[in-house]
Amino acid sequence: MNRRPVISQHNADGGNLQLYVTGFVLSISLTIAAYLMVVNHTLSKWQLVYAIAVLAFIQFLVQLIFFLHLGREMKPRWKLGVFLSMVLIVLIVVIGSLWIMDSLNYRMMSPDMINDYLTKQDGGI
Amino acid sequence: MSAVKTAEQINQRTAEHESDNKTVFGFWVYLMTDCVLFACLFATYAVLHTNTVGGPDGSELFSMPAVLAETLILLTSSFTCGLAMLAAHRAQKTQALFWLGVTAALGLVFLALELVEFRHLVAEGNSWRRSGFLSSFFTLVGTHGLHITFGLIWMFVMMIRVVRAGLTRSALRRLTLLSMFWHFLDIIWIFIFTIVYLMGELQV
Repeated sequence: MNRRPVISQHNADGGNLQLYVTGFVLSISLTIAAYLMVVNHTLSKWQLVYAIAVLAFIQFLVQLIFFLHLGREMKPRWKLGVFLSMVLIVLIVVIGSLWIMDSLNYRMMSPDMINDYLTKQDGGI
Repeated sequence: MSAVKTAEQINQRTAEHESDNKTVFGFWVYLMTDCVLFACLFATYAVLHTNTVGGPDGSELFSMPAVLAETLILLTSSFTCGLAMLAAHRAQKTQALFWLGVTAALGLVFLALELVEFRHLVAEGNSWRRSGFLSSFFTLVGTHGLHITFGLIWMFVMMIRVVRAGLTRSALRRLTLLSMFWHFLDIIWIFIFTIVYLMGELQV
């Protein structure tokens, strides 16, 4: 086999068949598991929400590692650095939006709603 | 003499490889900024998804088996895209074209299923004008669908290029970028599947 060095080097960071098959099988299993859990209502509502969030996060990592080959680059790891900055920005945007809007809803409550809210909190005025 | 020439060639190839790596890194930075775009749309959806103004919510609108089919089809297309890349790196033109064709076909089926779902929603009066929930739903899922559309156009262009000019260096580099784009869209879909459809079904 007289492969050109460029191509074999490309292959090294382009992954191999085993990586893709592993990633594919794991992703399919995680997707079907999350789907069946929700459709059959195997747990209570909030347990299910946390369970499928965890499954989605695992699948996110699986696809990053097995399909996009994150973490397989040489030092300095620029790709990983940009990826982590992106994660930070995404967390600020998503958590920040939910926090601000929740706080806004709280502050914009009508008197009736405040009463309801307090009733739920500590048994009413 | 021939040894010197080989050393020169290797130097040149290393230089080419480095510039390819820079292109791949640049595209990676673009994908990360696209993630931020999707994060904004996800945040909008998270804030607005309860604002149905008396209209239907997700659990009444979504057909879960169809959504599972869409998810599995997109996932499989991401896998076949990887197979196309492996074949391209081994310089197997016919195999690479075959797997690219399979990927494009699966992408088209995914897009068709999504458009059928959208048409069904609009036909029943649940368009983006119905409520805040539906506006943010159509924006988020529609933006993903638009990315898929552009990915498909790119894939067809690349297939024509490979048929006509073969697996040249530049074709290989562009196929690498295309496969990154396609895997990235699959990753975004995991979150749409979980947050929009599964959590919608649970009426979070």
